[in-house]
Amino acid sequence: MINPNDEFGLTRAMWFKEKQGATVHVATVGAATVEPTMRKALAIGADEAIRVNAEPTDGFFVAQQLADVIKNGEYNLVIAGRESIDYNGGMVPGIMAALLNMNFVNTCIGLEIDGAKATAIREIDGGKETLSTSLPLIIGGQKGLVEESDLRIPNMRGIMMARQKKLNVIEPVNATHATSDKSFDKPAPKGAVKLVDPENVQELIDLLHNEAKVI
Amino acid sequence: MSVLVYTEADNGKFKKNALEAASYAHKIAQELSTSVTAVSFNVADTSPLATYGVSKVLKINNDSLKTFNANAYSMALAEAVHKEGIKVIILSSSTDSKYLAALLAGKLKAGYVPNVVAAPDSVNPMVVKRMAFSNKGFAHTEINTDIKIIGVSNNAYGVHENNATLNEEDFSPSINDAAFSTKSVNVDKVVGSVTIADADIVVSAGRGLKGPENWGMIEELASVLGAATACSKPVSDMGWRPHGEHVGQTGKPVASNLYIAIGISGAIQHLAGVSASKVKVVINTDPEAPFFKAADYGIVGDAFDVVPKLIEKLKEFKAQNA
Repeated sequence: MINPNDEFGLTRAMWFKEKQGATVHVATVGAATVEPTMRKALAIGADEAIRVNAEPTDGFFVAQQLADVIKNGEYNLVIAGRESIDYNGGMVPGIMAALLNMNFVNTCIGLEIDGAKATAIREIDGGKETLSTSLPLIIGGQKGLVEESDLRIPNMRGIMMARQKKLNVIEPVNATHATSDKSFDKPAPKGAVKLVDPENVQELIDLLHNEAKVI
Repeated sequence: MSVLVYTEADNGKFKKNALEAASYAHKIAQELSTSVTAVSFNVADTSPLATYGVSKVLKINNDSLKTFNANAYSMALAEAVHKEGIKVIILSSSTDSKYLAALLAGKLKAGYVPNVVAAPDSVNPMVVKRMAFSNKGFAHTEINTDIKIIGVSNNAYGVHENNATLNEEDFSPSINDAAFSTKSVNVDKVVGSVTIADADIVVSAGRGLKGPENWGMIEELASVLGAATACSKPVSDMGWRPHGEHVGQTGKPVASNLYIAIGISGAIQHLAGVSASKVKVVINTDPEAPFFKAADYGIVGDAFDVVPKLIEKLKEFKAQNA
């Protein structure tokens, strides 16, 4: 599946394509097993796909691979997701921006492009901030960049056309694996819930105060 | 080569996440037999840091850095890292810290592990436990690079007192205009209200409330508890509540001490987002609601009956315990 945060970005990219004449390429670091998902992005309307043939072992490694793709392709707008829902690293867009010396806006919930100028809105703790910046630009997008109800899904025509579009496979460049996952744990098993009678909310207050000590 | 910690402040006062980050930095420093150096931006009184084991603070006093700017702040921190020969940098999990951590990692070619929830498994090699799979599990992750960045999860390792003697040093990083190629035009923030990220208590509601017009009692309950308000995804998608209140896998994470969920069934994606909260209370009419399996305390009942009674009893409780 396409990472949810990236889906919002892909739909926004379609808006730029349809309203402002952008060409949209999608890129991923992954094995051949990711190609059906990339075809889905092509079916939604992306023009071309690039797959870096490597396992996405860690955020730094992925960022280096994609930075190379961006540099070679001379892209002036890169729409990434704020974080992926598997490892929640949240670092690929920012590291790419640092490696390429490109402007970067994270937690992006709004983006307008006017020539080389860009206005972005980012979500901050307790509100939002409007930023003025310029291309070349990388954003870490999320829900809000477009509305959930506006997310594009592939239609039959898109799926047929996707078959003709280019999906380029390239080999990875030499890059560092900055971190490695040694092991995984599940959370500690939970005890059963303590149910309180709805006629006796006082008991809940007492439990929260005396037992849980959270009020 | 001390451990560096970025200590965030709001209006010149350190945030709780700054003290958590400092506490974690102190733990790492102890294990590495070294000390903790903090970097502060426009904070007049940095003395609170001494309580949390910080022995040196590089105080930046710069008008152009009064508003947070991820690129400029990351340049300042990178300069501090080079100046002090730093190998380990600790940040919090706030939105601003996460924004700047990735830039810093790229600039320093540093391995970065966010969402770290416990003291390190080891420091040589550096292995830390962090949240993974959108809070459904944990990973033990080793950092292989020379310079290492750790992002500390909210309300996980916690705040630990370790009294130190604090040396203050003025620090003027060379930040030129080019650093501000992305700049803030406007900040739209509700001043004074508790944010979900900083709240000790979060009161959340979902479709069981039936309509946005019924949220008055949720806001009142939050007000009595000094809590932040939150909501489930469907309710924010329908526009009943603002996007910023959506908590869950694709919304905000919740790591508060107490999470009260009213009229929320407890879909897996919602639970993933709130699993880091310490105590969960669920109020729902449906005894089969999946959320009851994840809850610590629960009331099977009608929110429209239970919540007003809870508000009333809480007001009495607050009055007695003032």
